[in-house]
Amino acid sequence: MADPEKPEPTRRDFLYVATGTTGAVGTACVAWPLVDQMNPSSGARADAVLEADISAVKPGQQQVLQWRGHPLIVRRRTPAEIAAARNVRLEDLIDKLARNANLPEDAPAIDANRAAIPEWLVVVGVCTHLGCTPAASTAEAPQGSYGGWLCRCHGSEFDTAGRVRTGPAAQNLFVPPYAFLSSTRIRVG
Amino acid sequence: MADGQPIYRPKHGLTRWLDSRLPLPRLVYDQFVVYPTPRNLNIWYTFGAMLAFFLAVQIVTGIVLAMHYVADGSLAFASVQNIVREVSYGWLIRSLHATGATMFFVAVYLHLFRGLYYGSYKAPREIVWILGVLIYLAMVATAFLGYVLPWGQMSYWAATVITSLFGSLPLVGDSLTQWLWGGYAVGSPTLTRFYALHTLMPFVICALVALHIWALHVVGNNNPAGIDVAGEQDTLPFHPYFTVKDAFFLSLFVIVYAALVFYAPDALVSPDNSSPANPLVTPAEIQPEWYFLPYYAMLRAIPFKLLGVAVLLGAFISPLFAPWLDSSKVRSCRYRPLMRWFFWGFVAACLTLGYIGSQPVAAVLHLGVASLPLVWVGRCATLYFFAYFWLVMPILGRIEVPDPTPETIAQPVLIKEGAA
Repeated sequence: MADPEKPEPTRRDFLYVATGTTGAVGTACVAWPLVDQMNPSSGARADAVLEADISAVKPGQQQVLQWRGHPLIVRRRTPAEIAAARNVRLEDLIDKLARNANLPEDAPAIDANRAAIPEWLVVVGVCTHLGCTPAASTAEAPQGSYGGWLCRCHGSEFDTAGRVRTGPAAQNLFVPPYAFLSSTRIRVG
Repeated sequence: MADGQPIYRPKHGLTRWLDSRLPLPRLVYDQFVVYPTPRNLNIWYTFGAMLAFFLAVQIVTGIVLAMHYVADGSLAFASVQNIVREVSYGWLIRSLHATGATMFFVAVYLHLFRGLYYGSYKAPREIVWILGVLIYLAMVATAFLGYVLPWGQMSYWAATVITSLFGSLPLVGDSLTQWLWGGYAVGSPTLTRFYALHTLMPFVICALVALHIWALHVVGNNNPAGIDVAGEQDTLPFHPYFTVKDAFFLSLFVIVYAALVFYAPDALVSPDNSSPANPLVTPAEIQPEWYFLPYYAMLRAIPFKLLGVAVLLGAFISPLFAPWLDSSKVRSCRYRPLMRWFFWGFVAACLTLGYIGSQPVAAVLHLGVASLPLVWVGRCATLYFFAYFWLVMPILGRIEVPDPTPETIAQPVLIKEGAA
């Protein structure tokens, strides 16, 4: 083990390494608050839950709420829209994961995993490409060719279950953690 | 290369006293008065001085604006309106600053293309070039941060799109964007930190500019002939020859600047930025300022998010490698009959990308009976942009037969004078 060419480390060597290490660790400890101050403050974290009444939404309409600074889309789907979403085969999807915070991460993107109550689809209205708010498709003014949403910034299209069907977005619109408190009241976050 | 250069001799007691303590006048004399400059520099070599001028304009007008601007999500938009409508000459100072950014980028793009055309990135000027590209990248960051500050719709959504680019990184993406935002979306904390960084960046740029000029003055200017200075007969002192030349072209450039400031202050500003930021509504067509449109077109040309971000990053850093990618011994495109065409192709690709970036994402180009989706034109132009650095530069130098280069810088000038 001992190298005859190399002298044994001395007390001075030990002190040199120990001082350097302490200095490096100390610098990192001082730097951390300077980095961490940029994270969301406790006030911002506390504002992260939303309760809302959605009784005014008619079938075929959507309501846009604000949750964590983002638009939150609550869409009351028509039977035709539900059927359209159910008829899509999983193989045809770009993103095959449900992206539903209420389900395990590997849940497949079938319609039942996107909307627990088929009539109500709740998704974060932030395009998973670069964060624009996608425009909703209606019978009068279709947006894109899948009946759901079109992101006008970079051209991603979503179907009536909020699943991405044409890129550049690579993920389905996120389903936030939510629960129905009654048939017309929802809590998100 | 300082052979024969006049030596600074302080004449007064005070300057002699200063010279032996802090020889600042000597530095200015050596570097900006008698500094030997190739005598054949043309108009394209005046943009360095213009850039220095606009850096100064941006800092001065920026500090003045900072006296009136409020970096808070609920006040920022109104504070800019207050500057424009109520602060004495606020309309002028704001317009000088916003239009100044435009002129700054016009100058930097011409300066960069100049460097590419005359081979100013090649040995021994690699460090000069790299520092120049770093200055450009710092300008890009500063301009983006500044564009967010008026807190209009375009400001807000530009901030959202650009910060979301970081979200595409695997594993750390989400926590990194939240760290940048200081929340779960772009908001007041984001605005305040962007303001702090926007104020910091000009001083980073100043430091980089000092290094850029230092590195330049160690090796000396390149020139349109792309050959080395052989001796005193090839150079002229910087002052008055090039100070006057720079000042003349600067004054022409400033006429354009003034015309924009006074007659078309909003010509290059999206009307959407006249609406206050609204996190719930994305404007129908969002686009960045004109100087970022080529990059925006590249981003939109790629249908996969992570790849799109990689392409964007690649476009920004590819020029850094130019000194080692270009295999030609000849610097100037003046003596490179093939590279010249590829260079103008590169300029055309950049302009095409800029045009595509300004059009709606689904736009189609109609050519008689045929129609071509612009996104495909954008893909071809993006491919060419990268090919210019990573294929044309390495390959062309090996197969191209360059035209003969002159013996000295003075020679072509003397021949032309003799013929006249």
